[in-house]
Amino acid sequence: MTFKLAASPHSHQRRTTQQVMRWVYMALIPGILTLIYFFGWGVVWQLGLAILTAWAAEAGCMLLRNRPVRFAWRDHTALVTAILLAISIPGLAPWWIIVIGTAFAIIVVKHVYGGVGQNIFNPAMAGYVVLLISFPVQMTSWPLPQQISQFDLGFLDAASVIFTGFTPAGYNLEQLRMGADGLTMATPLDSLRTALNHQLTMSEALQRPIFGDYAGLGWQWVNLAFLLGGLVLLKQRIISWHIPGGFLLGLLVPAAVVWMFAPEQSVSPVMHMLSGATMLGAFFIATDPVTAATSNRGRLYFGLLIGFLVFVIRTWGGYPDGVAFAVLLANMAVPIIDKYTQPVTYGHGEHP
Amino acid sequence: MSYKDITLNGLWENNPALVQLLGLCPLLAVTATVTNALGLGLATLLVLIGSNITVSLVREWVPKEIRIPVFVMVIATFVTVIQLLMNAYVYGLYQSLGIFIPLIVTNCAIIGRAEAFASKNPWRRAAYDGLMMGLGFTLVLIVLGGIREVIGNGTLFDGADLLLGDWAAALRIEIFAVDYPLLLAILPPGAFIAMGFIIAIKNTIDHYREQRASKPVKEVTRVRVTAQ
Repeated sequence: MTFKLAASPHSHQRRTTQQVMRWVYMALIPGILTLIYFFGWGVVWQLGLAILTAWAAEAGCMLLRNRPVRFAWRDHTALVTAILLAISIPGLAPWWIIVIGTAFAIIVVKHVYGGVGQNIFNPAMAGYVVLLISFPVQMTSWPLPQQISQFDLGFLDAASVIFTGFTPAGYNLEQLRMGADGLTMATPLDSLRTALNHQLTMSEALQRPIFGDYAGLGWQWVNLAFLLGGLVLLKQRIISWHIPGGFLLGLLVPAAVVWMFAPEQSVSPVMHMLSGATMLGAFFIATDPVTAATSNRGRLYFGLLIGFLVFVIRTWGGYPDGVAFAVLLANMAVPIIDKYTQPVTYGHGEHP
Repeated sequence: MSYKDITLNGLWENNPALVQLLGLCPLLAVTATVTNALGLGLATLLVLIGSNITVSLVREWVPKEIRIPVFVMVIATFVTVIQLLMNAYVYGLYQSLGIFIPLIVTNCAIIGRAEAFASKNPWRRAAYDGLMMGLGFTLVLIVLGGIREVIGNGTLFDGADLLLGDWAAALRIEIFAVDYPLLLAILPPGAFIAMGFIIAIKNTIDHYREQRASKPVKEVTRVRVTAQ
């Protein structure tokens, strides 16, 4: 008979929602700083706009529902939603993009379902999907990493682009996105996708200046910074390893298998791991405690499902990245995951 | 059932789109503009009146066992008539509605009324019920089409000349000009979301009226005198 030492299940550290959310946005800071370093000051303006909109929308909804406004502001969930959405969209997108997206996320996705803790879909990702299918052009116009851009945009220049569409010197977003060779450049995943569709081999596709050493200039560092923040959350036990672990495994295994068979026709696993929204999705978006599965086993399946869906969408879907769609699809699957992974009460028979 | 009840039922209490949630397929698919919504609404209305009258007239002679196929045949006949008429007189709209005109046959709101009302009532009432149910359906279509067209396109009655003739081109109202349409409102998910809000508003109104109607009951409080 084995005798395992385990802490009593009922002793736990009590944290309020506010404390949890504070840890989440503190852990986002390294990622946000890296984003600003590579993609310019636009990110800061988007964050500001998103937070203001989220607070206003939250206050409006709470007033309509006859509930105290300060209570909603204090739990910081709207703040985290706003931050996640703001760092998901291109830094120089017009101001109304983030305003529409955040307002939709807070009003329709969160408060229509009953406010904090009641929503079935991840608000930030639902807002992102609304924006992506409504304004595909603006939502895919990522600025070039500053290091290879021919323009140096200051803090106020970025504001000018966001609010008027032009820099003070009169350049529009399309011109700002041009590389030194006069061609507009897409994000690494997007440009790989186009190249593969044009029957280029992977080594040819990787010749473009947007790719740095491993997974796209800027993007790999952004992803590593989010990974760092995520590890802090793990260490602090804000999140458990099940969702991010499942997510990364679900993405890595199929990517590695396909890559082993056809390295010149598929995106490498390293690229999958360190490009696009992988780390942000795995540690910050999929781990939303409200919309994820409940039990640890369920969370593992939930993460695996998201990771696998991200791989499927990136490889065969209509969009270059698919974290938002994958998260929403997995949110829909949560009730059924919960039904089949319900833990058995101690002493009540075997696992099903 | 009095005519007043039938009216109220069709337009509000038992509205095919808002309460029975029938005929969602055309409701969600063609309501991107008011014109399309109105065109499909009127077509459904005419089919509903025709099928209700016919079903009511033959109700004594149709054996119970085969009534559903008979109803479907009757409905299909009227849909074919409407389709040919639309093909002849409003060709532009006929093209823009496309497959959704023949699909009126499968609209559950129509066979639902044939089964639930027309097969049990005299023909005048059945005709009136068809009219009211059709109007209720059409009104919801128009409201939904209006919401989606304004949000998605910034216009109202765009392309009304396809349905009503050349004079109606002047009906087009441009409420605001958009450089980038909010595609979500035009796409099917937008229809689902807008429909959800319309149903929510209807339920809120019902709830409010119910609360006003029910007078506060005088509560009798009993003082407990014995300790148990």
